[in-house]
Amino acid sequence: MENAGQLRRQYVDFVASLYHEGFLDDQFGQLQKLQDEGNPYFVVEVVSLYFEDSEKLMNNLTTALQQHVVDFKQIDAHVHQFKGSSSSIGAQRVKNTCVVFRDYCEEKNLDGCLKCLQQVKHEYYIVKNKLETMIRLERQILEAGGTIP
Amino acid sequence: MSSGIDNETTQFHVLAVDDSIIDRKLIERLLKTSSYQVTTVDSGVKALEFLGLLEDHENADINKNTNSNPTFPPTGNFHHEMEVNLIITDYCMPGITGYDLLRKIKESRLLKDIPVVIMSSENVPTRINNCLQQGAHEFFIKPVQQSDVNKLRPHLLRGKSMENQPNNIIINSSKRKPIEECLSPSRLRAKLKELELVQ
Repeated sequence: MENAGQLRRQYVDFVASLYHEGFLDDQFGQLQKLQDEGNPYFVVEVVSLYFEDSEKLMNNLTTALQQHVVDFKQIDAHVHQFKGSSSSIGAQRVKNTCVVFRDYCEEKNLDGCLKCLQQVKHEYYIVKNKLETMIRLERQILEAGGTIP
Repeated sequence: MSSGIDNETTQFHVLAVDDSIIDRKLIERLLKTSSYQVTTVDSGVKALEFLGLLEDHENADINKNTNSNPTFPPTGNFHHEMEVNLIITDYCMPGITGYDLLRKIKESRLLKDIPVVIMSSENVPTRINNCLQQGAHEFFIKPVQQSDVNKLRPHLLRGKSMENQPNNIIINSSKRKPIEECLSPSRLRAKLKELELVQ
């Protein structure tokens, strides 16, 4: 079992890489600042809401793009929401994909939209994985008696 | 029940309106770090309900019919157990938009003096101008930051001091002056140029 010191170093490196590789932007840091002893689960709560909301949105998008007659306005509305929530938690790559997605909606470009849907799902699952890893590391640090850097 | 005697310990109550659950959570946390009491609702309709604007005994209607001055001075917004001191709302919402909500509040005799702040993920100058012209005190680009929420306090304090001295002129204690609704369009444009609207 790794000690708190090792885990903390792992955590710092891991989080740094997430920013460096553009998965997260400064907004995630803002969320962390809002967490304190009075609200120790704030980040986990927001992230969980994001996961739930995102899965719903992606399901809606998948369904909408399978329709015989595609409603691009409706799709744009979903993507707008997805872009907003991703921006609010700092999920930069997901947000950026949504920007491109909205452009295709405006052009009523079905092919472009389908490609973006694939891309946005891809980006979402990566960042979900990364965030879950981060949360798991935090828990491990606390269990090892350390404090989160 | 707030009597306005001790302003230092009286908490301000902010009503936050946003259809996004993530953004509601975020704005709630931001407002609570400033020690505001917060109520969140997920739609403009629910906001109007909470503010008492969807009920039959809305005072504006009564006054319209009787064609006389109200028999009591506007006591603000004691519809619910706690008054609302500021409303912060998202612009893009299904159903009634934040802009519609702003208009309805400004049209209400009871509620028109409550400061309203608009939030939007999109930086559209015409949208910002329209909201400010309609009486919004601030326009925040999302994601909303702590520094934005810090800008709310002067608006809240001004509201409190007006409550205690209803016949006084507006006491402007903030560095950034609010946009007065009576400005002519060209003065308003000049005023808007002065202000930093975007971070």
